[in-house]
Amino acid sequence: MENLEIKYLSTDILIAGGGTAGCYAALKLAEKATKHIMIVEKANIKRSGCLAAGVNALNAYITKGRTPDFYVDYAERDAEGIARGDLLLTMSERLNECAADLEKLGLVILKNADGSYAERGTRNIKINGENIKPILAVAVYERPNIKVYNHVNIIDFIVVGNRIYGAAAVDVHKPILYIIKASAVLCATGGAAGLYRPNNPGFSRHKMWYPPFNTGAGMAAGMRNGAEMTTLEMRFIALRCKDTIAPTGTIAQGVGAKQINSYGEVYETKYGISTPNRLYGTVVENAAGKGPCFLKTVGISDEQELDLKKAYLNMAPSQTLKWIEQGSPQERNVEIEGTEPYIVGGHAAAGFWISTDRHTTIRGLFAAGDTAGGCPQKYVTGAMAEADIAAMGIMEYLSSAADNKTEIDYHKYGEQYKQQEEHFLNVADKEFCVQDLEEAMQKIMDDYAGGIKTGYKYNEAGLSIAGKEIDKLCLLTDELPARSMHELTFIHELKDRLYICRFLIEHLKARKETRWHSFAENADYPDKDDVFKEYINSRIEDGEIKIIHRPIVKRGVRYEHNYQ
Amino acid sequence: MSITINKDLCIGCGRCSEICPGTLIELTEQHKAIMIYPRDCWGCASCLKECPTGAVSFFLGPDMGGRGAVMHAKKTGSITQWIITKADGIPVVLETDSRAANKY
Repeated sequence: MENLEIKYLSTDILIAGGGTAGCYAALKLAEKATKHIMIVEKANIKRSGCLAAGVNALNAYITKGRTPDFYVDYAERDAEGIARGDLLLTMSERLNECAADLEKLGLVILKNADGSYAERGTRNIKINGENIKPILAVAVYERPNIKVYNHVNIIDFIVVGNRIYGAAAVDVHKPILYIIKASAVLCATGGAAGLYRPNNPGFSRHKMWYPPFNTGAGMAAGMRNGAEMTTLEMRFIALRCKDTIAPTGTIAQGVGAKQINSYGEVYETKYGISTPNRLYGTVVENAAGKGPCFLKTVGISDEQELDLKKAYLNMAPSQTLKWIEQGSPQERNVEIEGTEPYIVGGHAAAGFWISTDRHTTIRGLFAAGDTAGGCPQKYVTGAMAEADIAAMGIMEYLSSAADNKTEIDYHKYGEQYKQQEEHFLNVADKEFCVQDLEEAMQKIMDDYAGGIKTGYKYNEAGLSIAGKEIDKLCLLTDELPARSMHELTFIHELKDRLYICRFLIEHLKARKETRWHSFAENADYPDKDDVFKEYINSRIEDGEIKIIHRPIVKRGVRYEHNYQ
Repeated sequence: MSITINKDLCIGCGRCSEICPGTLIELTEQHKAIMIYPRDCWGCASCLKECPTGAVSFFLGPDMGGRGAVMHAKKTGSITQWIITKADGIPVVLETDSRAANKY
């Protein structure tokens, strides 16, 4: 019999997930107040989350002569109108402040002769982004009122009467269950990867665009506790270098490489240059038998090639290794492909439905970064801006609304979660393991919910099958055995992914149009229909997923939830 | 793509195990780091950069074009030397400087 020790912890503000948004929120909170702040991170904050390997540029920045409205215009256009103007504008107003903050903490930003930042395109600046996470981690550890728990995995939020009281977590190594009491919680656990069968389903199955360790844990915890979610159907699919799934933007923008098909025809101009359409063009060219598709790099100079190799070492080293092993970009054009779909609020708009101050529909639970919906194209600086806004929202919440809390018995929760978790540690071996069910989930989503196999297309008939099959897998997860604490984490990751899949399927069904090619390519409704110029939201009610239609929120508005 | 750890070079400091964002590396009772889930590696190379003795080798899986080349990293101050040894044994060395921004 494997027993778990229960440890009771207490803090004012709990930050679930110590990625870029989580760490920056902690720093901003520590600046603002003497409150106790706790970061709980599944890995180690020095290299956790999206920026573990680094990032190529700061891709959300208000460049010289432009305004925050310019950025909002871009993001709204790219999302075909399904984005929150209020969230985008409040984010855009803070982007440059966040970049300056990063520079103060030690980030290297390329400068022009006059000392201004060197721009890359109209919304980006050039940096060395290899060490953003180590830089943020050092700053976090310098603050005495921030306590960091690395290798602790949050498995649920404690919510009573639609108000947050803390979280339950398990240690990734030691047999310890944590019950964490908190007055406010920021969910910064990231988006969800691994829902669909990946590009390299064999040995390199985790060589994907998004961190494979981001499994949507905080989103799923919020969903289970009745939080309203938005725009999950706007999946994000990245156009990447084939096999390595490394970024293409650095090549396209860095050396001006065009997208060409195998006949050498430049096709990108045929389909439009919005984020979904760049991908869609590649899908269509391949389907028409004109693939494989490439970024045309043959003929670049020696200096350009060396700079590319170095840039990739700072963010995606496998691409540099591939060039050296298989042939340089000067000799061979770089083949490109679309990834499997992800659920992510930092590129697309999927996530928690939040107020302008980043409060979710659960009182005291805030969201920032990839978990926060409605605010696409936020990238690194936008996730930071959002963390800062959430920090302000949390301070306001703690000074006003938190006094309505009732006392709850944390020991009751301790015993309940102990029983739940010890079940997995003691159940008998089964014919299948976590890995087998994960592969089954990815196959179902790929076959019936618009994965790579169908060129991202789906229809109602397929989605209905997907829903039923995912439900069956959910039931099987309750009997999975965990032979270690690490395996217990794997079970939770699978359960969270399946839960998100179930919501995603309902969202895909509900948007009966095709507003974004590939991201939500509904074969039953291949055209855009402005009846759906609205948000598709969802919430669990009496065990059923309820779809909610909400009108567009424009910039300048201060949106607040109507708590009952 | 994944990593292997050279037992003879590993000094058991545990830095790779601590840093891996997937918690995929463990320390054995003999104080040697081992990659327990080679198929679960994201390829972020954090362990490569943390290792003080160059014991970690980074390689591409055959399914993504790997044909025997391995990469090591050696950090001295702000400079990281990336040493790539191809299957034919010929090394290629590239350097990145954390004080220098990407040109692209």
